[in-house]
Amino acid sequence: MAELAPTPSQTVGPFYGYALPFPGGADIAPAGHPGAITVHGHVYDGAGAPVPDALLEFWQPAPDGSRTGAPGSLRRDPVSGAVIGRHGLDFTGFARVPTDADGHYAIRTLPPGGVPYLAVCVFARGLLHHLFTRAYLTDADDPLLTALEPRRRATLIAIAETERVHRFDVRLQDNGAHEETVFLDFP
Amino acid sequence: MTALDQSQIDTEITAARDAYAKALADGAAVRHHPSRDYAPYRSSELRHPKHALVEVRDPEAVELSGPVFGVTDVTDLDADLTRQHTGEPIGERITVTGRLLDRDGKPIRGQLVEIWQANASGRYAHQRDQHPAPLDPNFTGVGRCLTGDDGTYRFTTIKPGPYPWRNHTNAWRPAHIHFSLFGTAFTQRLVTQMYFPGDPLFPYDPILQAVTDDSARGRLVATYAHDRSSPEWSLCYRWDIVLDGPAATWIEEGRDG
Ligand SMILES: [Fe+2]
Repeated sequence: MAELAPTPSQTVGPFYGYALPFPGGADIAPAGHPGAITVHGHVYDGAGAPVPDALLEFWQPAPDGSRTGAPGSLRRDPVSGAVIGRHGLDFTGFARVPTDADGHYAIRTLPPGGVPYLAVCVFARGLLHHLFTRAYLTDADDPLLTALEPRRRATLIAIAETERVHRFDVRLQDNGAHEETVFLDFP
Repeated sequence: MTALDQSQIDTEITAARDAYAKALADGAAVRHHPSRDYAPYRSSELRHPKHALVEVRDPEAVELSGPVFGVTDVTDLDADLTRQHTGEPIGERITVTGRLLDRDGKPIRGQLVEIWQANASGRYAHQRDQHPAPLDPNFTGVGRCLTGDDGTYRFTTIKPGPYPWRNHTNAWRPAHIHFSLFGTAFTQRLVTQMYFPGDPLFPYDPILQAVTDDSARGRLVATYAHDRSSPEWSLCYRWDIVLDGPAATWIEEGRDG
């Protein structure tokens, strides 16, 4: 069967802020869950400046390893149309979070089952085509990590600040002083 | 930053297109997506990676599955951007419809489609948009829907206006609607923009022209569909969307129904 040609990507631009982010978008873990972890960090550009208009999305398996996800990430009130948040029973596996004015983001989730990483997709004004990367919560003998030289590999491994807080910065471009994050292609 | 005029941008757009044509002639692959390093779009300068992307061919990759959405995530009113306020918005009422497909031509069913756009005068309902064109109290410009069983999505909205931006002096974006799309796999994620046929601003716009392949660029432009226009109500534009990227085959079974 002849493949259809894909629709090209275009930048998310500067004005997605009232359309894509939603209340509770960063909260994959049920509220108050004792096993919740925080993954947070900054997005930086090639001058080392924080990027205040990036949008990050995360996708991960449930703690039991299930990869089917669940609807309800942006569950709505049928009367007002307002986003009322996840109901806390299903694990949707999906987060969406814009960076703040300081280029910082934070999500709260549960550790993924079966793999040591969260899949990350980065959008930003100035970025014509999104970028995929991975936030590894632990160093691992993983097919991707093993293939990378140490300096590159280190960009994918979140720093454990405490037992439940992991810092994962995204550097869009090598600026000489800091290694550029490893970005991925899925051919 | 020194002020750039359109002629400098035009020169760079032509240079990038010529370089692509030469690469194609020399046997390079067709480039469906824009290069992230595209000088005429100035904001790309510090926001594109310099390293090559690392290929992941792992059949166990988490990215071969992806998030799902359902009836809990949209309301019926979301797909009609003209009915989200007490009054009717100003502008030309249109419907925008098409199918969401994967590269094998299979419909992507029950997935979330999100759009956002400027109002008829070219102004976004966003506080950072300071273009001195009127806001419309009856138009926000945000829509959502789920695709049907044949991959169809459909929105009723207002035709957005073109608007100025600061890439260079006298830079104007052609009228467009922003689209955000999910496939069955995270690898198929797409954010893009739909344009309207025959817009005279196309050749001047570095964002559209960043797609240097003529055929690929053409796929960002909707078709006017007279047979689907509603008599005495609205004009219709048709735009099919094809998502790139691999997906796990096992996902299909688990998600149908
Ligand atoms: Fe726009």
